[in-house]
Amino acid sequence: MSGTWIAVLVTAVCCYALKLAGLTVPPQWLAHPRAQRFATLVPVALLAALIAVQTVGRGESLAIDPARLAGLGAAAAALLLRAPFLVVILAAAGTAASLRALGVA
Amino acid sequence: MKQAARDGIALGLAVGTSGLAFGAAAVASGLSVAQACVLSLVAYTGASQFALAAAVAGGGNLIAGTASAVLLGSRNGLYGLRLAGLLDFRGRFRLLAALGVTDESTAVALAQPAGGRPGRAAARAGFLATFGSLYLTWNAGTLAGALGAGRLGSPNTFGLDVVGPAAFLALLWPRLRAGRTERAVALAGAVIALAATPFCPPGLPVVLAAGAALGAALLPSGAAGTADAAQAPGPDRPAGPDRAAQTADERPCR
Repeated sequence: MSGTWIAVLVTAVCCYALKLAGLTVPPQWLAHPRAQRFATLVPVALLAALIAVQTVGRGESLAIDPARLAGLGAAAAALLLRAPFLVVILAAAGTAASLRALGVA
Repeated sequence: MKQAARDGIALGLAVGTSGLAFGAAAVASGLSVAQACVLSLVAYTGASQFALAAAVAGGGNLIAGTASAVLLGSRNGLYGLRLAGLLDFRGRFRLLAALGVTDESTAVALAQPAGGRPGRAAARAGFLATFGSLYLTWNAGTLAGALGAGRLGSPNTFGLDVVGPAAFLALLWPRLRAGRTERAVALAGAVIALAATPFCPPGLPVVLAAGAALGAALLPSGAAGTADAAQAPGPDRPAGPDRAAQTADERPCR
């Protein structure tokens, strides 16, 4: 078996095992209020980090992509107007795609 | 509950198209079509898959590449901590559901109004709908991309690169409105990730952002909310989540 196959299989199995481990943590481990607060707040921190990195990150550097920023801005505007989820997504993708098609960003 | 399922399916279909990008990148970096597909079928977590492909492409150290891919996957373990109580899947079904723990399914599950049996039903519906649609499109996309469909054009042309961030913003929105602690943690998480980006391999900055949640959780219970109320953008305060974050920042990076 080639080294690449081993790397692929180890990665695949470990990634699945980590997901399963999180789901199977005994409830009493999370009984402490602080552990509970951590588990509740972790997705908030990680998802916010993903928004930031996916918007202005490019590999190991930060880069401003005007179309992408405008798309996220359109999503925020739609959310402020209490638009439904699908409208928010369409506003974001549509804005970014239009700006690129027009060549302005 | 129907709403949750609809949102999940839509998000899965939209984000799954980036499977095309992964398939194309994987093959370009030297993985075989079968290897790309195994990663998407079993690992099923985008950031880790891209990280391994990048390591293979660099002709780099496969052990280091595998380690960073697995480290990135630890994010899903953290999500599981929260989802375990929320979804309460048991037995064999949990083995299947575990595969579906991703950024997207977590975000949709958490965005559902909490509370009681209807809350759990909506969270489950959102989780499973996202899992189903994203799993199918991500894997179909991987295969198509690996076979060369990636050359048809960049998903960016259609603005698909902004679907992820926009969806996460929409799904996080109710939590951001819920409280100052949530807003402070979100802001701190974003700041940590951006600050760490130039110094870390791609993907790791997001894992480091967990430091924001750790900092907030270690504050005396209740203090976070009131302290944050007194001073706007919370995380800049020395006692706030950012301090834990800064030490976390400096550890595992180069």
